[in-house]
Amino acid sequence: MSQHQEKARIIRFEQLSELNIRITLEAPLVAASAEAGQFVMMKTGNGQDPLLRRPFSLHQTSSSGQIQIYFKNVGRGTNILAHAKVGEFLDVFGPLGRGFSIADDRPACLVGGGLGIAPMLFLAKIISSLSRDHSQDLIILGGRTREDVEPLVEDFKQFGLALHCATDDGSYGIRGFVTDVLRSEKLAGNTSIYGCGPDNMLEVLHHFSTEKNLDCQVSVESVMACGMGACLGCNLESSDGSYVHVCIDGPVFNTGDLAWNS
Amino acid sequence: MEFVKDHDPYPDLRVNIGSLELQNPVMTASGTFGYAREFEDLVNLHRLGGIIVKGISLEPRAGNPPQRIVETPCGMLNAIGLQNVGVERFIAEKMLYLKGIGVPVIVNVLGDTVEEYRQLTQRLRGVEGIAALEVNISCPNVKKGGVAFGTVPSMAATVTEAVKKAADVPVMVKLSPNVADIVEMARAVEAGGADSISLVNTLIGMAIDLQRRRPVLANVIGGLSGPAIKPVALRMVYQAAGAVKIPVIGIGGIENTEDALEFILAGATAVQIGTANFINPRVSEEVVEGIGDYVKANQLKSIRDLIGALEV
Repeated sequence: MSQHQEKARIIRFEQLSELNIRITLEAPLVAASAEAGQFVMMKTGNGQDPLLRRPFSLHQTSSSGQIQIYFKNVGRGTNILAHAKVGEFLDVFGPLGRGFSIADDRPACLVGGGLGIAPMLFLAKIISSLSRDHSQDLIILGGRTREDVEPLVEDFKQFGLALHCATDDGSYGIRGFVTDVLRSEKLAGNTSIYGCGPDNMLEVLHHFSTEKNLDCQVSVESVMACGMGACLGCNLESSDGSYVHVCIDGPVFNTGDLAWNS
Repeated sequence: MEFVKDHDPYPDLRVNIGSLELQNPVMTASGTFGYAREFEDLVNLHRLGGIIVKGISLEPRAGNPPQRIVETPCGMLNAIGLQNVGVERFIAEKMLYLKGIGVPVIVNVLGDTVEEYRQLTQRLRGVEGIAALEVNISCPNVKKGGVAFGTVPSMAATVTEAVKKAADVPVMVKLSPNVADIVEMARAVEAGGADSISLVNTLIGMAIDLQRRRPVLANVIGGLSGPAIKPVALRMVYQAAGAVKIPVIGIGGIENTEDALEFILAGATAVQIGTANFINPRVSEEVVEGIGDYVKANQLKSIRDLIGALEV
């Protein structure tokens, strides 16, 4: 698995809602070697403040050398990116980390909450391209309100997999959490669950999958400085009490390998 | 100043740190470059002046709980807590690759007691591929000992003596900036037998999460690095270099050629690049090239002509 540092030109900028933005970049080296669940480190501006790169999971890649990131304008780094223009260049470094390990022959249940929807599009594309029956595959997307979910629904629908949505305020899909939807679905006994979203959601996925004896992989978030195992800043406690590092051991983990709060 | 001949395309960037010759003055700082292999896809490792590996202790250390790092204006705080694989695994798993790179590998050593430093140094004796040791007496993130060695001149000298006595390679001592008088510390480790001094390590700082009313870092305090600390580092290198006879290696917020050259002018024989590796993995190699261009453009005979050439 090789890593690349590229000056990537912004070729598309989509303001999907007031704060949610999607940027498409030309990064052929990264695109060619990326796997679903991997991430890139991006410099959001040229100056010293913010100093560090920011990690972004790969939302989508194309065979024509494009990558997409999807993010919310919530901090200094993302606020600078929110003002990026088509034609500008961003320094991209990746692909990094371990992506999802896809069980080819098992039904897949993809669960994305909030910005955790980001890596699910890439994964949905891979899952839908597997030459097997897809009638038991399922995608569940959720967010706080309509604007966290609706703008992405068409992109997921193209894969033809069953799709359910939920919002905290009921403004789109059912009112409730993605995990409520998950509990209401009848999953095949050998389903693999793939999740990304807030920590509490991932913890519910962990407990649910343990209870149902299902495989469950989740992509977790962390602050990072380097993204490549040099700074050791992104540690998490694993189930045996030792530390793992999100950037090189993850960002995708089997939920059983991590320590959960409760 | 002498002039190079026009047809000579290779600027002379060689520097000597005591008996250790570097092909150029740019090294990667401990804790920011892993064990080098992490960077092999992105950096021509053989072009570096030297590689200083992540600090090693006698026994493996798990390090601090999360959260370990946080970005601050023009810098970052870290409290990694000296996580490392321990000396046995380091020798068995990491040295084989490191010694094949072809540039001097400097092993950063750390301990909680003088005896630990001595034993560790003893263990590293005769290990093939180690060009020098860098003694970490200044990491601010462990509660036992580490800070005291770095802030009390007599203790710094004692550790230096112990390592020097047990070592079969040159010994560089890395100083903490968290002291009242950097000159006193520099002189103390020189008197203790250090072959060179590197400075500065991180400045102790903290960050608070107002919403949670808690420190951001699990360790509460951490070490500040990055461009934010460069002026402080430059001042300390200038003062230390003026006070000791042994070579001084400048560290602190270097992120480009200009920064590196400023440290050399201030008296540094070589420099270490740290936090900038996280942002631009290629930075050290770019600085080597940039220094070469500067030497050529200014028609210097050697980069050595610039060491301490600051006019005050």
